[in-house]
Amino acid sequence: MFDFSGLSNAVIEGDSDQVQTKVNEAISARVDPLVIINQGLIGGMNVVGQRFKVNDMFVPEVLMSARAMNDGIELVKPLLAGGEMTNRGTVIIGTVKGDLHDIGKSLVGMMLECSGFKVVDLGVDISPEEFIQAIKENDGKVLALSALLTTTMLSMKSTIEECVAQGMRNDIKVIIGGAPISQEFSDQIGADGYAGDAAAAVELVAKLLAS
Amino acid sequence: MANLQFTELAYTDLNEFIYGQAKKPVVCSNGMVIGGGTVYPEVNLTLPTMLIDEETMPKVLSQYEEMIHGICSKAHELLSPGIIIEIELLPPCTFNPQWGIDVTKVVKGVMNEYYTKFGLKSLLRMTVVDVREGKTLTHMYKGEHWDNVVNTFRGCAEAGADFLAIESIGGKHLHDEAVMNCDLPKALFSLGVVGCRDMITLWDEIVKIAAETNCIPSGDTACGFANTSMVMAHKNFIPKVFAAIDRVMCAVRTLVAVERGAIGPDKDCGYEGVYLKAITGTPISMEGRTAACAHSSSVGNIAACLADCWSNESVENVRLLGGMAPTVYIEQLIYDCRIMNVAASRGSALEMRDILAESDRMFDPQAYILDPRVVLRISQEIVQGKTHFERTKIAASATIKELRAAFQDGLLQLDAKELKYLDILEKQLKSIPDDEAEFTKMMLKNNTIDKFDPAKYDFNIDSAAK
Repeated sequence: MFDFSGLSNAVIEGDSDQVQTKVNEAISARVDPLVIINQGLIGGMNVVGQRFKVNDMFVPEVLMSARAMNDGIELVKPLLAGGEMTNRGTVIIGTVKGDLHDIGKSLVGMMLECSGFKVVDLGVDISPEEFIQAIKENDGKVLALSALLTTTMLSMKSTIEECVAQGMRNDIKVIIGGAPISQEFSDQIGADGYAGDAAAAVELVAKLLAS
Repeated sequence: MANLQFTELAYTDLNEFIYGQAKKPVVCSNGMVIGGGTVYPEVNLTLPTMLIDEETMPKVLSQYEEMIHGICSKAHELLSPGIIIEIELLPPCTFNPQWGIDVTKVVKGVMNEYYTKFGLKSLLRMTVVDVREGKTLTHMYKGEHWDNVVNTFRGCAEAGADFLAIESIGGKHLHDEAVMNCDLPKALFSLGVVGCRDMITLWDEIVKIAAETNCIPSGDTACGFANTSMVMAHKNFIPKVFAAIDRVMCAVRTLVAVERGAIGPDKDCGYEGVYLKAITGTPISMEGRTAACAHSSSVGNIAACLADCWSNESVENVRLLGGMAPTVYIEQLIYDCRIMNVAASRGSALEMRDILAESDRMFDPQAYILDPRVVLRISQEIVQGKTHFERTKIAASATIKELRAAFQDGLLQLDAKELKYLDILEKQLKSIPDDEAEFTKMMLKNNTIDKFDPAKYDFNIDSAAK
């Protein structure tokens, strides 16, 4: 039985060199590649997520851990059988039409990526049509909409309405966030959920996809 | 075009460095003098949840009209010696300059009405949104985005704005990445190299428009930069020491507006304005506890120490128990200004300033670096730098030194994580070469075009070093 604690700790520390050493040791010991990823690399990243949630880690530390994990995954990838991958689902994310605020949305995107989701970040000032196109092109399972202005919040509603008009509302979960957004507003416009911060967004996406 | 060089501080005596008094007061045509002894309330407001488009513009304008009526009426009722109203235009009102101009006309119309009927003195600050970003941006200084910014400035000035301001964003995407990664060299490149160069071109244009329209070029802020750090630090996403260092580095970028001819009052959300005041003598607007309606901060009281205008950052037009929110906020601002002004008239301004400073400075490095004593010490170091790059680097180094000394002397609380990052950031700073061209090459090597496209800024290494 391979001991994954060293590998997980290296991910938590964001120590890429050590992660690569430990992954190579696991590969040499003929450990199943998927097990290396799930128990060693993602196992470490899960601890990072928990520590971030309770303010025990800063964002730059989380990003270092994520980079270290990805360096490890790159070593294992060639050993995976065709089709085997660890993507937990694709999230299409962007700031809605008329709004240029970027960093909150980017932070949510990064945290989702760190947690094993594939993220397609469309940027800012995204129209409903652009969101729809990205969902179709990337087989998106979750649509994450951001707004920081009271005058752009209603673009979230228009985007959801466009999903309905395109007949894809039942195939995609929509989450929303941003300074003026609330659960009440989420309910009003028919979103599937609201998250107040990046950690909550990751939990919400995981919950919605599990259901 | 102006190219002022500030190599000495405007203030050498701490006792003169005080709220309500600026070495270079701004005298306005209606008799109000900013920085001339009176702290004025500056109220900032925004729309409630609603779309802005051609169809809703009449409703948008009536919202503004209602808000300004409420504000002016309350200011008149409370016998305020004068007020400033700031409108931060929303993106559609800069993408469509005529809409921004229409807003200006409506707002100024109500302000004029209260002056004519009741003698209420007021000044209008129009803050144009810097829309120079996004997928369709072709160039920072030409094309549709630039034209919209420039045309909105000109139109608002012609429609009656008294002050022109902006929260400019040159280099912001680099800075966002720097904040996420606590990457001090990248933040320095964004602010001290890319940001300062962008400010030169942008503010030359704003100052030119102001001169042609008899309007006052007031100032810029690091809202998209240090305020992002501040909010991230407040959520415990990044260390507070990074946000504090970032704030002081931002002062050099904000200062460029004054070097190019802005005269103040500097904008409220630029907490780095205190450094601007120390170096140039320009009056500043500040926001603190009264800005909790827009965002939380750790500088609620200390931000008032050097304020010449006292602001609420922004509040949306929603109903509170006491009335509509903008009306409620002008009332709070007026009372805050009254107490500061009465303290000054009784000869107690210095005591008031020191109480405000002492009540906050120990609990957060972002508050500590706003203490007037600290501001003067760091500013003295900053002006030793010969270039914007050098000054920004000095700002970081002097701030780290101050924070470390304050912790050691028991003047500032920092936990182990914050101290660890102070070491990390100091190490990062030491890795930055003294030569700007060498540093720029180093930064461009790892740059991706989505974060900073040199072609869109007409950026080249040689001119960066000049």
